[in-house]
Amino acid sequence: MSELSDRIQSVIDTESVVVFMKGTPDFIACGNSGRALQALHALGAPITAVDVLPDPRIRQELVAISGWPTIPQVFVRGELIGGADITEELHASGELEQKLRASLGDDYVSDAAPRTVTVLG
Amino acid sequence: MSDIAAARIEALLRTAFPDAGELQVIDRTGGGDHFQVIVTSAGFDGLPLVQQHRLVNAALAAPLADGTIHELRIKTRGTA
Repeated sequence: MSELSDRIQSVIDTESVVVFMKGTPDFIACGNSGRALQALHALGAPITAVDVLPDPRIRQELVAISGWPTIPQVFVRGELIGGADITEELHASGELEQKLRASLGDDYVSDAAPRTVTVLG
Repeated sequence: MSDIAAARIEALLRTAFPDAGELQVIDRTGGGDHFQVIVTSAGFDGLPLVQQHRLVNAALAAPLADGTIHELRIKTRGTA
């Protein structure tokens, strides 16, 4: 395991809701990343964002960890929820809110703006 | 070129999901690298969405890895 891989794993393990995305919540660089963010934001999820674009190794290491080939990737309490399509679909069915409540507690809703963290050293 | 990529994707999905009732590959932009795939298969029955999409991603691992697919949207349905 590289240090980068360890840092990615650490973010997945420690943050409540993580979105690995292209760009940041303020500068979304891909429509799919925006779709995933929007679904989570609509439910008031406490979002931690990681931009994969600054270094191609971030995506390589993330894909190796998750076994999921595309970006974005949404994790809740360390569990891969899926990409933009699944996040939207689960939002529409109500299951995403159920998942957030079950994983984070009924009082999970956050007014805070999404937080962006880096996994580069 | 785009038709070639779509045909390759469809062939891979047909192989992975031989029972698929509905199987569509849509070139979303006409550029031959942004695709929406729709697959209905009994193989998805009882599986969470994340596992259903993993099966599709696995079937399309080669075109995802070699850049043929720049963007992939997935819609899966079971038959149950």
